[in-house]
Amino acid sequence: MSRQVVITGIGVVAPGGRDTKAFWEMITAGRTATRRISFFDPHPFRSQIAAECSFDAAAEGLSYQEIRRMDRAAQFCVVAARQALSDSGLEPDALVPHRTGVSIGSAVGATMTLDREYAVVSNGGRTWHVDHRYAVPHLYDAFVPSSFAAEVAWLAGAEGPAAVVSAGCTSGLDAVGHACELIREGTADVMLAGATDAPISPITVACFDAIKATSIRNDDAAHASRPFDRSRDGFVLGEGAAVLVLEELASARRRGARLYASIAGFASRCNAYHMTGLRPDGREMADAIKAALDQSRLNPEDVSYVNAHGSGTKQNDRHETAAFKRALGEKAYQVPVSSIKSMIGHSLGAIGSIEIAASALAIEHNVVPPTANLNERDPECDLDYVPLTARELPVDVVLSVGSGFGGFQSAIVLARQDLKAA
Amino acid sequence: MRVRCAVATGLGVAAPNGLGTENYWTATLQSVTGIRPISRFDATVYPVKLAGEVRGFEPAEHLPSRLIPQTDHMTRLALTAAAWALADAGVDPGSLPEYDAGVVTASSCGGFEFGQRELENLWGRAPGHVSAYQSFAWFYAVNTGQISIRHGIRGPSGVLVTDDAGGLDAVGHARRLIRNGTPLVVSGGADSSLCPWGLVAQLPCGMLATGQEPDSGYLPFDERAGGYVPGEGAAIIVLEDADAARRRGARCYGEIAGYAATFDPRPGSGRPSGLRRAIELALADADVTPSEVDVVFADAAGVRELDRVEASAINSVFGPYGVPVTAPKTMTGRLHAAGAALDLAAALLAITNGIIPPTVNVRPAQEYQLNLVTGTPLRARLRTALLIARGYSGFNAAMLVRGVA
Repeated sequence: MSRQVVITGIGVVAPGGRDTKAFWEMITAGRTATRRISFFDPHPFRSQIAAECSFDAAAEGLSYQEIRRMDRAAQFCVVAARQALSDSGLEPDALVPHRTGVSIGSAVGATMTLDREYAVVSNGGRTWHVDHRYAVPHLYDAFVPSSFAAEVAWLAGAEGPAAVVSAGCTSGLDAVGHACELIREGTADVMLAGATDAPISPITVACFDAIKATSIRNDDAAHASRPFDRSRDGFVLGEGAAVLVLEELASARRRGARLYASIAGFASRCNAYHMTGLRPDGREMADAIKAALDQSRLNPEDVSYVNAHGSGTKQNDRHETAAFKRALGEKAYQVPVSSIKSMIGHSLGAIGSIEIAASALAIEHNVVPPTANLNERDPECDLDYVPLTARELPVDVVLSVGSGFGGFQSAIVLARQDLKAA
Repeated sequence: MRVRCAVATGLGVAAPNGLGTENYWTATLQSVTGIRPISRFDATVYPVKLAGEVRGFEPAEHLPSRLIPQTDHMTRLALTAAAWALADAGVDPGSLPEYDAGVVTASSCGGFEFGQRELENLWGRAPGHVSAYQSFAWFYAVNTGQISIRHGIRGPSGVLVTDDAGGLDAVGHARRLIRNGTPLVVSGGADSSLCPWGLVAQLPCGMLATGQEPDSGYLPFDERAGGYVPGEGAAIIVLEDADAARRRGARCYGEIAGYAATFDPRPGSGRPSGLRRAIELALADADVTPSEVDVVFADAAGVRELDRVEASAINSVFGPYGVPVTAPKTMTGRLHAAGAALDLAAALLAITNGIIPPTVNVRPAQEYQLNLVTGTPLRARLRTALLIARGYSGFNAAMLVRGVA
């Protein structure tokens, strides 16, 4: 019998709420956290909106030195990991170091620190020969985002395999998929798996401005993220982290752990098409969905809810709709599909793990979060996107998908643990 | 169920001491170093003067012109090495059945030079001057994405970031994909951060060598060790399912027979480093005993404390002076994620040619009790090689490669 992977702990740091409970309440209430950017003066930028976390590292228990050492994204994932461990009921002492691993996704690493420190060593971009005498002591931890996995490993006392998985905006799905694989193959028994990003920084805002990928609904920030809506005009940048405790099923059962859901299947594909463009027919995403369902031994008919990538760009939402139709057939028109990015924005690599957390909570509560701001469907997006209000329904199987720069397309399937095998 | 076996069928190398696999291997056997005074920018103001730069690389000779404005130097090296590796393997992934090929690469720090230029545009000019390519040209996933697009590779793919252990972790993951049913995976590592901002961002780790003489800049396992020389490069390896490779009559450099990764305990915990365990797990994964290992390609940090930990791990598995150990990276500097992938290419070439490339410039310190291959290459019948790679903060990776009879 092959080893199965279950989620036994969830930790979320997201815009609009400081922990998992607040996050779930917010997204099921259909509230949005997208606002005018407050971290810096957004006036010189095309897009001036983001979903920022109200996050106080000291209040979350990080020490002075940890706060100095860690980029905001590292702080997010350490706090989320601590929440997840506490939620799982696993005491750090109960973890076997050699059998515990870490897999953290991040698309853009310590961008915030690098942006800020570059401004200092270059004195505001004045010199190519930046001045090393102004470099902060822990700059190497920002130079390499692998430091994020190290911080989580130190927190948990994990000494098994540790890695950062960085596949652009599918990082959060791929990091969890990677962790599942390590448990299934027997390399680890427990994985702290998730993703983090804190990209609300001038360089990130500018680079998405340059390709007009982000929304310019600057006068209506709270309603700027409008996946599948006819009037959508791009994604809204977000930030945050989610970390899950994944365990091998038999040992999780032995200790009487709460089992949120099992991770039944994961697959990824590349479109080999364009670094930022999507093939309109969604064929690679569709193939990833089919492969993930096959691995789960589930059929399209079994899917109760689809947690969409739903970024709110013109091309993404059409691409994704095409992929769902291609992979799920008639079922695509019946199954509820929603995008929580409508409420918490798009936190790049982090969002995939935050969406997996939302998917697990949907199974836990039998509630599907809505797509906020969806007032008038794009005629080319003709599925049931759960507009505006959450829906109560039996949720046994959730498909969550992601799509990222570089052409990455990933799909993951979560199933209620006691679901009978197909 | 049959466990699929992953074999290397193509190599592509862009290294400081040789552009192209053949040039690299010839230089390495002749102890030709690629470590020299930094030429890419004026380094006189910085405490670090030496680097392993890839010289004589003209992007336009290797890449279509449309790719040049959208790529960092790192990605140009990666794309070039990938094209060479696929040509060496004699395979066009785009001609394989849909989703039958993947790409897994590692990069430690992304495309820093591209990033510095755009940060300068942002801060020194205005946000509107930032390039439309900045959204992907610098990030960690760019090499996998660009290789996938250029060669029509659409199957399971990935990107791992584990600092200097990345080259082995990527190949270890590529092997996992092959075992799970993807017949061909292009893998390896690429890094380049040889611009002022890239150098300044890594200086605070305190491990960079400050010497001025290329011959004494990077001296792992030597009493004079004073840090590492940063380098740049790409090493890409085509891995295939052994049966598929055999069916198409591919040349086979060797098998990725064992792999493991561990993470060191939290500093101050008093617990031992996980490196020994990584080595033992990789050997067990390959079903090989220490006595069957013919050569070790060391991580060779060049930092006394790290050299000590590595020597101790090697000796605890093989016994003092128990196995030939080498570090050809003494001729290139540390290429971050590309370093371990380049070592893997060197190990496969060593097995294929029956020769251990040397460690240059190093006078082995007694305390390490290592049988270091120094000076000239050592002819030997090699069946297996162990690779060790370590990354900043505590990443350990070990891989066992085996010649194919």
